[in-house]
Amino acid sequence: MIEFDLARSSVRALNERLHRLTPQTTEVYWRVLNPNGAHAIAVGITEPVQIEIKGHVGYYCAGMNAAGTVVVDGHAGTGLAENIMSGLVRVRGNASQSAAASGRGGLVVIEGDASTRCGISMKGVDIVVGGSVGHMSAFMGQKGALVVCGDADHDLGDSLYEAEIFVGGTAASLGADCIEKEMTQGDVERVAGLLDRACMAADATRFRHYGSARHLYNFHIDHATEY
Amino acid sequence: MCGIVGLFFKRGAATPALGPLLAGMLSQMGERGPDSTGFALYGDPAPAGAFRVTLHAPDDQYDWRALEGELGAAFSFPEPARYYCNHAVLTLGASQQEFFDWLDDGHRELGIFGFGERIEVFKDVGLPDAVARRFDLAHRSGTHALGHTRMATESAVTTEHSHPFSTGLDLCLVHNGSLSNHNRVRQSLRREGIRFATDNDTEVAAGYLTWRLAQGMSLTQALETALADLDGFYTFAVGTRDGFAILRDQIACKPAVLAETGDWVAMATEYRAIATLPGAAGAEIWEPRPATVYSWQRQ
Repeated sequence: MIEFDLARSSVRALNERLHRLTPQTTEVYWRVLNPNGAHAIAVGITEPVQIEIKGHVGYYCAGMNAAGTVVVDGHAGTGLAENIMSGLVRVRGNASQSAAASGRGGLVVIEGDASTRCGISMKGVDIVVGGSVGHMSAFMGQKGALVVCGDADHDLGDSLYEAEIFVGGTAASLGADCIEKEMTQGDVERVAGLLDRACMAADATRFRHYGSARHLYNFHIDHATEY
Repeated sequence: MCGIVGLFFKRGAATPALGPLLAGMLSQMGERGPDSTGFALYGDPAPAGAFRVTLHAPDDQYDWRALEGELGAAFSFPEPARYYCNHAVLTLGASQQEFFDWLDDGHRELGIFGFGERIEVFKDVGLPDAVARRFDLAHRSGTHALGHTRMATESAVTTEHSHPFSTGLDLCLVHNGSLSNHNRVRQSLRREGIRFATDNDTEVAAGYLTWRLAQGMSLTQALETALADLDGFYTFAVGTRDGFAILRDQIACKPAVLAETGDWVAMATEYRAIATLPGAAGAEIWEPRPATVYSWQRQ
């Protein structure tokens, strides 16, 4: 276990050490102390190392994560796990706006609530939120699943492409071109699988399924003059 | 960008803890607003029949003692005047209108940054640590305070265009964002008798609240009507004689974090400013919802 104290050293020093890790590294387990809301902690990890951050983090924590496991034992600021490629990012508290924005893969778990625009422009990442999400979540989502155990605020899934949304509570309103869809057995299994990976105890059968009506983004030759 | 901080002690008299804590919070927000820094402090109230005013002079060499001599011939000073470079805090035994008329007659070189029973407003171009040192923030006490670090977008980088803006009795406002309909709202408010010192968008928001409060609205009601009347992006933090309020616009893209303990409420653009406060680790921490007024009154 490597302990890295941000009260004694900089975020830049931490990230440089993490970036130098190779596939053969034995420095696999890390604990980061005194984050105190600092930005860009553990950004750009490319190896399957495990990092626990003891406290609240600022913006863009675990951004671009590939293969790493990052656990925030606190709340996270704007842009948690932005552009995550793979691996796991878990926040034990709440996450601010734009969590998992444009993520391409991997899993982001927020045990508390996520704020506005959670999963904005998601491109393949899976997101599981134990609490509720703010307005315009999954905005322009292209791929991946957003699973919300609580409620979703207004304009859920606005301008959605092919990301899929599952809500355990209620959605205040759906955004443009987002519609409720049938919750198939396959969907129940998909949600159950994600809840299991996220270590969340929730009944997958009670979730509702939302997706794109595909009226907004599909190109129709008949409407060519309207574009 | 821009950074906002606010600290509000829920009870008790003015405490010397306020100044150093606010300075620490502001210091964390320097990267968000390197153009200018300002803060408003709420101290113990002026004696009955008197009011407190913060004046701004064009330069640090201004002869405050001469002004004090002139003022002494017209008004009483229930508390000693205090001078901080180009700022002065005066407690005067007079009505505000008498003093404003006196100032209009002979001292138009002076600006009024804040007035009321308790408020003091300090602002200047520069980074927070330098501005805090300049106005001796570390040795200032109070019950609550707001601070701002500015990255200018809508108007010039000058002391007068810095936040906080105070347009009415003990009211001040700091703002992260930009308003798009401020010219039209300023025109309407001028017709209602609200005075503006600059072309700044945030000053319009402060003037708007002054106007609504003068109509008899509560601070919460005034902010709720602002949601319909002010167009643009904003996180506002507002201070009054005994109160403190936060409002974000409907889109809420301008960040804000609130924290509360049994003793205090703190607001900041980023958590790292709150992390400097004693007890922050055990505070309840949340993000204010869009288009929702949060307010506190001192007990």
